[in-house]
Amino acid sequence: MTERVLLVADSVPRLAPHRRLRRDPLRDVWTIQAPERCFMLDDAAHAVISRCDGKTSLAAIIESLCASFPDAPRDTITADVTHMLQDLIDKGVVAA
Amino acid sequence: MIPDPPFALLAELTHRCPLQCPYCSNPLDLERAAKEMTTEEWCGAIRQAAALGCMQVHFSGGEPTARPDLELLVSEAAAAGLYTNLITSGVLCDRARLKRLAAAGLEHVQLSFQGTTASLADRIGGHAGGHEKKLAFAQDVRDTGLPLTANFVVHRQNVHQLDDMIGLAVLIGAERMEIANVQYYGWALKNRAALMPSRAQLDRMTGQVAATRERLKGIVTIYFVVPDYYARRPKACMGGWGRRFLNISPSGKVLPCHAAESITSLTFDTVREKPLADIWLRGSAFQAFRGTGWMPEPCRSCDRKEIDWGGCRCQAFAITGDAAQTDPACALSDDHESLVLTALEDASTGGDDFVYRNFRTAKVLPEF
Repeated sequence: MTERVLLVADSVPRLAPHRRLRRDPLRDVWTIQAPERCFMLDDAAHAVISRCDGKTSLAAIIESLCASFPDAPRDTITADVTHMLQDLIDKGVVAA
Repeated sequence: MIPDPPFALLAELTHRCPLQCPYCSNPLDLERAAKEMTTEEWCGAIRQAAALGCMQVHFSGGEPTARPDLELLVSEAAAAGLYTNLITSGVLCDRARLKRLAAAGLEHVQLSFQGTTASLADRIGGHAGGHEKKLAFAQDVRDTGLPLTANFVVHRQNVHQLDDMIGLAVLIGAERMEIANVQYYGWALKNRAALMPSRAQLDRMTGQVAATRERLKGIVTIYFVVPDYYARRPKACMGGWGRRFLNISPSGKVLPCHAAESITSLTFDTVREKPLADIWLRGSAFQAFRGTGWMPEPCRSCDRKEIDWGGCRCQAFAITGDAAQTDPACALSDDHESLVLTALEDASTGGDDFVYRNFRTAKVLPEF
């Protein structure tokens, strides 16, 4: 990586290589296992990450979340999801 | 109260290492090869760690690739659902072996560097030709497609190369970089006068790290460990004693942290004699400083007690002789002022010669 990746609407986010989405049965929580890091995902974070399949664009992910969570304002979903994924890109956890 | 399960296992497979870094985190009593656990014993410990709640295993040492069964252990860990990390000097592992480790399920490599020039790095590591081998190994890691962390332990004798260290990390394609000031226990304590940076060096490196983090955002993640002696508040060592991590020594001793054996007032259980869960939940060494009940004042009434968990017990023992004292790195400790004076004196008057870490200079000679 030689340049920071900035997320745009048609970016296709996915977990970076060797980052693993895993269910921890003992703690009853979804996690991302990454080099020297472990991220515990709450339900909202898992809803986002589980849609990052390497085929779906950011815009389509937001669409899908809006459909699943009709009570949440679209602007809020868009801002939160973009912020979360950009942060995970900066941490090397998500690629796009 | 039942302790939470641990997050990660640090598996120190062996104390054998071709390098002799004078700040090695291994204990002064290095364990000889004949005492090391067998493949089967390590496999059992790994399965137990996973069942206990560990999600990651860090294979470390000494030099973990000195164990010919490392592939088997990685494979066992991956099968148990653990995320696997290799912490290595990179001087013993050729490309073919690295490929076998990746095929066995290795997920990440942390490679140490002692400097950015062969002359300095090889003198610090006490291993001629080491730096060149590390550069070749770094290329192998990238070619294998594994994520790479470049680890730089910094101190007075190499911190002038910090900009070049950052450049090297970018050049070799590291995604993470650790800039870790020496922590003074065991071997490093022995070599403190030769390693302690000056206050001016610390200020300069802190500025460099902040600027670099901004410049390399999204390219390289930088993990920075400051030198305790110049800190105002202690670090949350291991995220709290017996709270998140456990460490298993080559002979199977289960430790709350890799330096815990420097606290000679503690005794440690081994996985050869007891189930790992029993040791984690009830072992005397783990219970000794778990939580906040053991704390003296001013820690006990401090509003940071569940942030830093009282700092570092090994440091309290090394400086005050009592592991239950307030960490002298904390400005509220009665011993803090003399700690800072010690640092300033070491930094200004200490020589550059090292006591190298090897079996010859180890406290107890190995019985070969």
